[in-house]
Amino acid sequence: MKLPNALEKFADREHVFDFVNTGTQGPKVDISHNVILYLEDISVSFDGFKALNDLTMYIGAGELRCIIGPNGAGKTTMMDVITGKTRPDTGTAWFGQSINLLQKSEPEIAEAGIGRKFQKPTVFQMHSVFENLELAMAGNKSVWTTLFARMTPMQLERINEVMEIIGLQEHQHALAGSLSHGQKQWLEIGMLLMQNPTLLLVDEPVAGMTPQETERTAELLVSLAGKHSVVVVEHDMDFVRSIARTVTVLHEGSVLAEGPIDVVQNDPRVIEVYLGE
Amino acid sequence: MFASLASILRNDRATSVFLLLLTVVTVLASLANLLFPEGSALHVSTYTLGLLGKYMTYALLAVAVDLIWGYCGILSLGHTAFFALGGYAMGMYLMRQIGNRGVYGDPVLPDFMVFLNWDTLPWYWHGFDMFWFAALMVLVAPAILAFVFGWLAFRSRVTGVYFSIITQALTYALLLAFFRNEMGFGGNNGLTDFKDLLGFDLQANTTRVALFISSAVALAAGVIACRFIISSRFGRVIQAIRDSESRTRFIGYRVDNYKLWLFVFSAMLAGIAGALYVPQVGIINPGEFAPINSIEAVVWVAVGGRGTLYGAVIGAFLVNYAKTYFTIALPEIWLYALGGLFVISTLFLPQGVVGLMNKVMQRKQEARV
Ligand SMILES: Nc1ncnc2c1ncn2[C@@H]1O[C@H](COP(=O)(O)OP(=O)(O)O)[C@@H](O)[C@H]1O
Ligand SMILES: [Mg+2]
Repeated sequence: MKLPNALEKFADREHVFDFVNTGTQGPKVDISHNVILYLEDISVSFDGFKALNDLTMYIGAGELRCIIGPNGAGKTTMMDVITGKTRPDTGTAWFGQSINLLQKSEPEIAEAGIGRKFQKPTVFQMHSVFENLELAMAGNKSVWTTLFARMTPMQLERINEVMEIIGLQEHQHALAGSLSHGQKQWLEIGMLLMQNPTLLLVDEPVAGMTPQETERTAELLVSLAGKHSVVVVEHDMDFVRSIARTVTVLHEGSVLAEGPIDVVQNDPRVIEVYLGE
Repeated sequence: MFASLASILRNDRATSVFLLLLTVVTVLASLANLLFPEGSALHVSTYTLGLLGKYMTYALLAVAVDLIWGYCGILSLGHTAFFALGGYAMGMYLMRQIGNRGVYGDPVLPDFMVFLNWDTLPWYWHGFDMFWFAALMVLVAPAILAFVFGWLAFRSRVTGVYFSIITQALTYALLLAFFRNEMGFGGNNGLTDFKDLLGFDLQANTTRVALFISSAVALAAGVIACRFIISSRFGRVIQAIRDSESRTRFIGYRVDNYKLWLFVFSAMLAGIAGALYVPQVGIINPGEFAPINSIEAVVWVAVGGRGTLYGAVIGAFLVNYAKTYFTIALPEIWLYALGGLFVISTLFLPQGVVGLMNKVMQRKQEARV
C-alpha cells in the first residue's frame, strides 16, 4: 500500500516536497529557561598561558550583550570556544538547554544557529550585494540543488528583508568590492542573518568606521536584538554606551564586572584596568 | 538547453553576438564550399573548411579550460590529456570502421596489432565497432580520469601552482604510456589511415562539410551549456570559490564537490573537442598528450581574455591562425613567439583581447558623450 501512496504524492500538484522547502526555516534551540548560552568555568591555556581562566557567563534569549576588555583579555578566544574553533581544557558550554557545544564540530555549531562575524570583512568582492546574500542563504547547498535552483518567492522576500535591515537595498546590484568599509561590514552581518542564526557573535564591528557608519551600525545591532541574541565585542566605549544594556568586562581571561553600563563604568576595578592600559 | 538558449538571447548580448557570428560563418562557409565550383572567387576550399573545423575543436577545448580557470581559478596544465582521450576513443571507432580494408586485411584487428603479431583484440577495444559506444566513451573516459584525479587532488586541497604542476605530470605520464606498443593504442604512430565514419567516406567533400558543421554545433552547444552553468547559483558558488575559497567553505558549501564536478564536466567538453578533431586531421598519436599542448591551450585563453568564454574562442582562433602562419613561414621561432605572446598578454593585456576591445568601445562611447 505504500507505493501507491507515494505515487499519489507525485500526482498531487499542490504537494510541496520537503527538499523544495529547506529554504528558510531556522534551526531549533531550546530556550525554555530564557537563556541562550551557558558558559561555565571555561579555561583555555596556550602553552601554559591562561587565555581564559574559569570564565562563567550567561547570555539571555534575545539579549544584546557587549563584551569589553583590554587587548589580550580573551574576548576572541571566548568566541573561538563558542564556535568550536578552540576546545577548552575545562568547563562546559551549552547552547540553550539541550545542545552541548563542546561535542559539536564547527559546521554543526553553525548549523545549530550560531553565526559569527569576524573582525576583517570577508564578502565576495566580485559578486553583487544580492548575490552575496543569496550565497549565504540557509538551505540545501549541494551541487545538484544549486545547479537547478530557482529563487522561491519566500527566499526573495527574505533577501529583500535583510537588504532593508542592513540598509543596502539601493546597492543590491553593486559589486561588494565597490562598497565602503562600513557597507561591507553590514553586508557581512546581512550574510549572517541569511543563515537565520539564533545567536550572533560580532567581533569589533565598528573598527575603522566613520562616526556616521558607527551610529548606523549601533542602530542595526539594536534592531536585531529581540529576534536574535547578539553578543558584541568592542573597544569603542562611546559605541558600547550607545547600544548596550548589559556590559561584561573581561580581564585576564575571566569576568571582572558585569552590569548596566553606568554601574560598570564607575566600578573602581574597571577604571583601574582601563587606566592601566 | 532551449530554455537556456532563450535566456542567453534575452540577457547576454555578447554571447548572443558570438552565437550569431558563429552561425553566419558556418552557414556561409559551408554553402560557399558546396554551391560554388572550385576556382570561383566565392569558393571556400575544403582545406580551409577543415582548418576552420580544427580551430573550432581547439576553441571548444579553450572554452573547457576557461570554464575552470576563468570562473573557478583552477589552472589545469593537463587539459589536452582529456582532449586526447576523447580523440583516442573516436580513433578506435574509426580504426574498427576500416574492417578488412587494412594493409593486412584482417577483418577485426587493426593493422598495428597484426604487425605486433597479436591474435586477439584486447578487451578494451571491444564495443568500439559501435558508434554509440565510442561516443559514450568519448565522454566517459575523460570523465573517469578527471573524477579520480580531481577527487584525489581537491579532497587533499591541492590548489594553485601545485595543482598545475601535477596536471602537467598527469598528461606527461599518459604521453609515456601511450607511446608504448604494449598499451595497444598503436604506440608511437598512434591511430591513422581512417576510411570512414558512420559509413561515410572521410575523404568525401560532404563528409568534411558535415564534420565542420558538427564542430560548430558542438562549440555553440558547449558555450551555451557553460553559460547555463555559470548563470546558475552553482555558477555563482564556483566564482565565489575562485575569489575566496575558505570563505565559501565557511558558509557551508562543499568546495571539493563543486570543483570536482566542474572539473569532470570540463574534461568531458575537452573529450568531445578531441573526438571531433581526430576525423578532421585524420590521425591521433601520443604527441597530443605533450605537456606543451596543454600550456598552449592556456595561452589561447589568456590571449583571448579569461572568464568570458567567447574570449577563449577568439584566443584559440587568433593564436592558432598565427601558429599556422608561423609554422609555415618561420617554423623555428614558433615556440618563442608563443612564450612571448603569453608574457605580453599577462603583462599588458590582463583581460586579453576581449578586455582591450571593451576598453576601446568604452573610449568611443565616452568620446561620443
Ligand atoms: N592560538 C593561540 N596561541 C597562543 N596564544 C594565543 C592564541 N590565541 C590567543 N592567544 C593569546 O591569548 C590571549 C587572549 O587573546 P584574545 O582572545 O585574542 O584576546 P582579545 O580578543 O581579548 O584581544 C592573548 O594574550 C593572545 O596572545
Ligand atoms: Mg580580539
